[in-house]
Amino acid sequence: MTAVPSDDSRRYDMTTDTSPASTVAASAPPASAPADRPSPVPYLLSLPALALFAVLLLVPLAMTALLSLNGFSFYTGIQDVWSLSNYIEIASDSYFHEVFLRTFRIAFLVTLLAAVLGAPEAYILRRMNSPWRGICLLIVLGPLLISVVSRTLGWALLFGSTGLINQALLAVGLIATPIEFMYTETGVVIALTHVLVPFMVLSVWASLQRLDPQIENAALSLGAKPFTVLRRVVLPQVIPGILSGSIIVFALAASAFATPAIIGGRRLKVAATLAYDEFLNTLNWPLGAAIAILLLVANVVIIVGCNRLIERRYKQVFE
Amino acid sequence: MAYLVLDTLTKRFGPWLAVDGLSLTVEKGELISLLGPSGCGKTTTLQMIAGFLDPTAGRITLDGADLLVKKPNERGLGIVFQSYALFPHMTAAENVAFGLEMRGVPRADRDRMVTETLKLVGLGAFGDRYPRRMSGGQQQRVALARALVIKPNLLLLDEPLSNLDAKMREEMQIELRRIQRTVGTTMILVTHDQAEAMALSDRVVVMNKGKVEQVAAPQEAYDRPASAFVANFLGRTNLLQGTVRQDGGARRIDVAGAVWPVVDAVPPGPGVMTVRPEKVSFVADAGVPGLVQARVFQGTQWLFEVETPAGPMMVIRQNDGQVLPQENERVMVGWRPEDMRVMAGQVGAS
Repeated sequence: MTAVPSDDSRRYDMTTDTSPASTVAASAPPASAPADRPSPVPYLLSLPALALFAVLLLVPLAMTALLSLNGFSFYTGIQDVWSLSNYIEIASDSYFHEVFLRTFRIAFLVTLLAAVLGAPEAYILRRMNSPWRGICLLIVLGPLLISVVSRTLGWALLFGSTGLINQALLAVGLIATPIEFMYTETGVVIALTHVLVPFMVLSVWASLQRLDPQIENAALSLGAKPFTVLRRVVLPQVIPGILSGSIIVFALAASAFATPAIIGGRRLKVAATLAYDEFLNTLNWPLGAAIAILLLVANVVIIVGCNRLIERRYKQVFE
Repeated sequence: MAYLVLDTLTKRFGPWLAVDGLSLTVEKGELISLLGPSGCGKTTTLQMIAGFLDPTAGRITLDGADLLVKKPNERGLGIVFQSYALFPHMTAAENVAFGLEMRGVPRADRDRMVTETLKLVGLGAFGDRYPRRMSGGQQQRVALARALVIKPNLLLLDEPLSNLDAKMREEMQIELRRIQRTVGTTMILVTHDQAEAMALSDRVVVMNKGKVEQVAAPQEAYDRPASAFVANFLGRTNLLQGTVRQDGGARRIDVAGAVWPVVDAVPPGPGVMTVRPEKVSFVADAGVPGLVQARVFQGTQWLFEVETPAGPMMVIRQNDGQVLPQENERVMVGWRPEDMRVMAGQVGAS
């Protein structure tokens, strides 16, 4: 009998008092646990995963970084010298500037398109009833189930100057001459958006799930028009979802290889295909490594920077 | 003149009849509770008044005007949701100001009204806080202020106190009553908590399975329940099986050998007698015989369980110094005829 009221009061504490002090108190370890000497067991248990992580990610990354400092000559191959010559070469050659600029322009456009298409898509999906919701979700996630090469080759078939899209547009009379999709940024952006939109949809979907189901009704009852409800109430609360989706999409778009390689071809190079060519065509491994490292660093800087900016702007929804 | 009129309101979800021909009139300035167990249709009714659900049939008029032709954002109702549904990315003041902003109230007036309303709900100093930095009771008050500030012609409260702990709930009940007196808004409160409904309302509407069981003032519904369901739902009650007899001009009910005069219009035959535990006392003779199964001390009162030939009975006696029976003691229980109600039928048949 006595256990019931004490259980109740604990539950009330949890639900009514959400001040940070009580949260800290609740998550603190029980007083009976020995606090002076931390147990080594958790570390030992995570050792295999840490070892895997180190061997498969950190070691190759470090080797790439070291490789990027080596020299290269056409006749003697990789030279065991340490210099920043590769970085200086990239920094001083407008060709590399163009490739990097293109890479991030594409990644930015893809992220923007994915957000503009994916966020409303997730919202509409959430408002659907089963079975349509499940069917539509499957269609949205479909691209992830198909091999990147066959999917991209499918786009190539659609995009060609005699492809389905151009033929349809010509037949309708919207255009007089075929639009160039193949080997253009437009084509790469369209194909990449198609591949990456599911990540945005899933991410926004997750933050929509956390929305109070009555909150839109609350805004309506206060006299807000449906569009105002979306703009003032729903959108600010799904910003974290859009942001995390954007980070995934941007990172994947900036380092995408297969789609730019097939749709962009040899002429329209991005950082990933450039690094690939340096490694496998010119065999200039150090330069390729430098490009890869620069891509990584730029990616991290852009993503962390944007993250900070948006988190500061929408401080309240991130807590 | 009737202010809000619900006329044979019906809502069907597939084969399930959630609200079944509900009719109700609410006077201006009244606080009415829709009371019932979960699934009785009370929230569905509220959602239809708010406009979030379209009724299958029936009409709703507010101050003589058809409410159903209006969209939810044009009805001008204030709603307090069970989850509060505060906007987490806005401060308390911004939450309260939202409705005024939607009505195009100029900034200066808006600020003044927000400050006034926050003060009314006792949150004068909390305007800059974000909802997640507030306790449940404070969030509740913000939700109330947000609904009140637009001066709604009707305030709908959907289980507003169910997320609060017992002590806070009592405080908010008093607060709600005070605010209702101050602003005089017509309120409809949906609740499954009979104590809350009785404490707050001018009238309660007891609902069961989509139908209205009784509409009455709280004490009337408690003392003179229209059905066994109402008797049971509004606090604890005893249901005893008896037999109604026509005895010349008078009707009587025979409960386990003891006979009481019946005022209710019931046909002769099997009858169910209900009486509240606090109205039952231990008598010397002419009562229903029984055996005390258990007695529980509850501070201000004693609770007895008495086994009688007509069924188990609950008896509540004040802890006022009287000598009370012990466990396993043979007793007689009785009550005044006006404290009981008799309905035709068998116990457990409803």
